[in-house]
Amino acid sequence: MSFNLLFLVFLFPLLGFLTLAFSRGRISENAAAVIGVGSVGLSASLTALLGFQFLTHPPEGGAYTQLLWTWMNVGGFAPQFALRLDGLSLVMMSVITGVGFFIHLFASWYMRGDEGFARFFSYMNLFIASMLFLVLGDNLLFLYFGWEGVGVASYLLIGFWYKDPANGLAARKAFVVTRVGDTFMAIGLFILFHELGTLNIQDVMARAAVVWPQGSTILTIAALLLLGGAVGKSAQLPLQTWLPDAMAGPTPVSALIHAATMVTAGVYLIARTHVLFELSPFALQCVGVVGAITLVMAGFTALMQTDIKKILAYSTMSQIGYMFLALGVGAYQPAIFHLMTHAFFKALLFLSSGSVILAMHHEQDIFKMGNLRKHIPLVFWCMLIGTMALTALPFTSGFFSKDEILHEAYLTGHTDLWLAGLFGAFLTAVYSFRLIFITFFGPERWRKESHAHDDAHDAHADEAHHGLAANENPHGAKTLDHHIPLLVLLALAIFGGFIHLPLDGVLPHAVIADHHKGGAFIEYLPLIVTLLGIALSWYLFLKNPALPERLKNGAVTKYIGKFWQSAFGFDWLYDKLFVRPFLWLVHINRNDIVDVVITKIPNAFHSAHGFFAATQNGRMRNYAFAMGVGACLVIVVVLL
Amino acid sequence: MTEVTAIPMEHGLILASVLFALGFAGVLVRRNIIFMLMSIEVMMNSAALAFVVAGSRWQQADGQIMFILILTLAAAEASVGLALVLQLYRRFQTLDVDAAGEMKG
Repeated sequence: MSFNLLFLVFLFPLLGFLTLAFSRGRISENAAAVIGVGSVGLSASLTALLGFQFLTHPPEGGAYTQLLWTWMNVGGFAPQFALRLDGLSLVMMSVITGVGFFIHLFASWYMRGDEGFARFFSYMNLFIASMLFLVLGDNLLFLYFGWEGVGVASYLLIGFWYKDPANGLAARKAFVVTRVGDTFMAIGLFILFHELGTLNIQDVMARAAVVWPQGSTILTIAALLLLGGAVGKSAQLPLQTWLPDAMAGPTPVSALIHAATMVTAGVYLIARTHVLFELSPFALQCVGVVGAITLVMAGFTALMQTDIKKILAYSTMSQIGYMFLALGVGAYQPAIFHLMTHAFFKALLFLSSGSVILAMHHEQDIFKMGNLRKHIPLVFWCMLIGTMALTALPFTSGFFSKDEILHEAYLTGHTDLWLAGLFGAFLTAVYSFRLIFITFFGPERWRKESHAHDDAHDAHADEAHHGLAANENPHGAKTLDHHIPLLVLLALAIFGGFIHLPLDGVLPHAVIADHHKGGAFIEYLPLIVTLLGIALSWYLFLKNPALPERLKNGAVTKYIGKFWQSAFGFDWLYDKLFVRPFLWLVHINRNDIVDVVITKIPNAFHSAHGFFAATQNGRMRNYAFAMGVGACLVIVVVLL
Repeated sequence: MTEVTAIPMEHGLILASVLFALGFAGVLVRRNIIFMLMSIEVMMNSAALAFVVAGSRWQQADGQIMFILILTLAAAEASVGLALVLQLYRRFQTLDVDAAGEMKG
């Protein structure tokens, strides 16, 4: 067993994608599931072997580089098609293939019976392969290749149920908004290549410190452009608007792409290029501020959502905000640690929510659920543990990572960011337990109260194909492909905090002046705040549910609530600022001015063609005449 | 070299070009394929005449050699042409060339 099998890790999902894509409609569901899940399973087991090898016999210098081939060689620009395995990419690779495998397994249950079953798994495998490109690539061009690949896979999967135009619209929105960030990132890469002459990550890191002084302008611009890319991919302010819409995709997609892996790519990018950000304190500060604002804002928004998946989407946004905050204070290792634990518990939460949605027959509104813990106890426990990890209650994985982030933010002297994080923890507790209390406790709101209206309800339910029938109870799944992923992720969500990540060789520790600052009170404060949040949530949504209703209809609070619910009006703002002016321009230029000029050329050819075609009339005497005239002309030309 | 009352070369060439023009006009205006073949015959002979005139001007035998070549060519052309005329008549029951204008662009 040696490291040169590394390329197989991404080759398996890639082959799975190709097989499924080319055999579409010709293979059975079971065969598609075996190929789709199996390819990621092979990758995951290979990753486990490689990881074991890496930890027991670390390669020289803490990193192994596998050169596959030279991508191109143009004027001194010769990016290598090379894979690099170090502590950071090993962690990312394990999360992607490990969590990815269990989500694939769950998806084979969730998607059973869907007409696009094989198509779904081909896209999922494409995503896994691209994501592995992203984290394994040893130069930024390779990374960018994977970066765009996951964007495409995300687009295809959000719009998976393409027959509903709304899903296609959500997919386009996600694609276009992330593309804005990607353009920033591409420009950033151009600057890096122009200034440093290479895109190899290690070379860039080494040369940047030599070429640029601390805080130089061009470096700050490059770092901020990279941040722009990260912000787009990770749904942070101001490019965060696409993530809630991305929930239009199937739930396993939301779990894999829009919670566990792809949206954390921005965190990975910044951690990977942390040297640039360290050389530019302003850019690093921006990272932290973006994270802090996003995490508080997303928390407020999650508080007002009624769609179970949107609550989780905003909570994802908020948790990635924590990771950005951690990066911003220089706590890279806790950021990656939180990335991993978040992948565990958020995947668990999303898969459980998928199970809830199927148990409720495609109903996503939490106010049409209630008391579900009696009917689907396993899912309830998964959801509860996931929420406990999300709110960072002690002994769960989230506790270790989030606590570390907040603690290091405080110790590095970023008191403002620390306060934002603390407030975010409070909000997290409120909105997470709101989800639990409303969905799994309280009255059974899905029971139809009025028998008089049953028929009408039934007709409607059949039509829209969601919601439970009149006297039906929600019932959980009983198969292993549903239970195993949930139970494994449940275990990871609890015990994932005890994993020690091999990041010491790759990422530096945060610079902490005084280790004994603050003391016990500061350490316990996040926990106290979280417990307060849970208590408030319990009071508002279980003990006294009339109060939030009254607030919702209050004179001032009504507008605040609406403002929060619309995610601080960003969609509205962008609509006014970008979409409308663009549509206006398009409207003016309806008869494309450039096109008018261009169409003149084919038109000229067409009329010339008509003229010459008319001379080909098949009359020999005309041909003879033309020849005669031609010969005369030639003679005249020669003689004169 | 006996001095015959030499016909000026110009006269010969003018005759040749007049004949050529007449033949060409015949090809253009006639629709009957037999008359067209005859007109082509006239054009070839006018060209042959031009060769002979030129040969006489430079006192070379080449002009006459070319004349014999053209005579041979004309004979071959007439045989092929008449065979085509027969085929045309069989197929279209007419000698009008325009009736065979099927390769219209």
